[in-house]
Amino acid sequence: MLAATSILKSPAVLALAFGLAVAGCAKKDKLPDNSGQLGLNGSEAPGSPGEFTTSIGDRVFFETDSSVLTSTARQTLTGQAQWLLKYPNYPITIEGHADERGTREYNLALGARRAAATRDFLASNGVPRNRIRTISFGKERPIAVCNDISCWSQNRRARTALTAPQG
Amino acid sequence: MFSILQKFLISLIAIFAFATTSNAWIEFDITRGNVEPLPIAIMDFQGDKVAQDISNVISNNLRNSGLFKLTDSAAFIQKSLDVSGRPKFEDWRVLNVQALANGAVSKLADGRLRVDYRLWDIFASEEVFGGKRLEIEAKFWSRAAHIISDKIYEGLTGEKGYFDSRVVFVDESGPKNKRVKRLAIMDQDGANVRTLTRGSDLVLTPRFSPTRQEITYMSFEGGQPRVYLLQIETGQREVVGNFPGMTFSPRFSPDGQKIVMSLQQEGNANIYAMDLRSRNTTRLTSGAAIDTAPSFAPDGSQIVFESDRGGRQQLYIMGAGGGEPKRISFGNGRYSTPVWSPRGDLIAFTKQSGGQFLIGVIKPDGSGERILAEGFHNEGPTWAPNGRVLMFFRESPGAAGGPKLYSIDLTGRNERRVQTPSFASDPAWSPLLD
Repeated sequence: MLAATSILKSPAVLALAFGLAVAGCAKKDKLPDNSGQLGLNGSEAPGSPGEFTTSIGDRVFFETDSSVLTSTARQTLTGQAQWLLKYPNYPITIEGHADERGTREYNLALGARRAAATRDFLASNGVPRNRIRTISFGKERPIAVCNDISCWSQNRRARTALTAPQG
Repeated sequence: MFSILQKFLISLIAIFAFATTSNAWIEFDITRGNVEPLPIAIMDFQGDKVAQDISNVISNNLRNSGLFKLTDSAAFIQKSLDVSGRPKFEDWRVLNVQALANGAVSKLADGRLRVDYRLWDIFASEEVFGGKRLEIEAKFWSRAAHIISDKIYEGLTGEKGYFDSRVVFVDESGPKNKRVKRLAIMDQDGANVRTLTRGSDLVLTPRFSPTRQEITYMSFEGGQPRVYLLQIETGQREVVGNFPGMTFSPRFSPDGQKIVMSLQQEGNANIYAMDLRSRNTTRLTSGAAIDTAPSFAPDGSQIVFESDRGGRQQLYIMGAGGGEPKRISFGNGRYSTPVWSPRGDLIAFTKQSGGQFLIGVIKPDGSGERILAEGFHNEGPTWAPNGRVLMFFRESPGAAGGPKLYSIDLTGRNERRVQTPSFASDPAWSPLLD
């Protein structure tokens, strides 16, 4: 509780989150900004999955039919790696996803490629590979459902999911 | 020997040839489209309500094939015909009816149904086939109707029918970002829908065994996306093989003894075959590419699949044991989900081009590409057992959008919605049930 309160009180965190949210809304045609759809929720305890999501960002986005990590994605993942090394108890599952503008089988493989690229980057930044599991959902689990480039680009993603700490 | 449908078309061509001397014989090739439906009549089968139901299913099947125009019974001059009698041919000729089917349904002592039926060539004043009889459990009355539909179709076209068959598909419910997917099976005409899985696990791409009442599909059960086998009648399930990664996009070999599928390892997907008896697995493709959607030629000698090895999704053919694949698609766009026709003459595919998702067919040598269906999103064709009709799903855009099933014939004509209880995707047509 104490930790959560201190985060909430930190004007820097709020300003950062707000700035990212505004930036996310402003550039509709480009890849979505990580915090764009996450809202202003700064009340997460340090070291919690909630804090990971709000302060680092749990997902990165890809260009159409690509599994190449963009510079923004690499920035996010660098932050993820630092956080994950600081809190080494979380097993990690990386979910790879594709947008709906592809065929089902190919998208399963494309989501797997994105998850693998994400895992490789985290591993090259020191996160032990054996901590990281990957899974692809292809186009089966969109988060944005409009018929628009802005939605499709939010769906081309890899999400770093933290399961509960073990032990 | 010409079938009645062919003779009818020849007569039309003769008339057409008088009017204009060019292009006359194009009409003859029923794979090329512009088929004039053959006018036929189905007299209501004699008997109680089930006889009426059987007659209706037969009429719907033949009408939906697009090859026949059913004469309205209100116009019939001869109102009744005993199944052992002969029609008054002149009464049907004046209506330009080319063929007439009639029959009778009776109940046997053990409760089964007996169906007698006949098919008449009106202008030749003779039977196409003589009195045929089938006996079947009363609860399977619609199967009797489908079997008779196939006999009539074959009698009139000279080709096997496709009505006594089923379709397995994915039933979709719930909002787009939380879709619940269940395997479901139905008759080819959309009747008798039954779900096969409960919806607790994401399931995709079911495919029929060519030899058994069995399907293979992909499930995310236990958070492990893998290929499964499911016995339709018993509900018994098993994982196919023990692979170190996601397995997906399964399909049976024509003899039902093997499953081909993709195995995901790191960023690459390669195609593997597994023998269902010995459980031996063989890797058929290799390299840093996405190789998926394998489909056997009906003689089992070759496999068509999609690969992005050349930069983006294209169709390739290799031997059933692997080897250097040969690319067959060279048009403008991305080609995927190839499926070999049961006749062997064509391969159907999904094509992404100009922001659209199209359904098309191409010859195995890469020539003769034709697009059958266009639009925002058409995907995943499957062949009717006679290779004359395709089914696919069409997805509508946006939050309220979802997939629906459609059928279309090989000529690109006669596109029809196949009714399902809710959204439906990934259809796969069974062989004829026999």
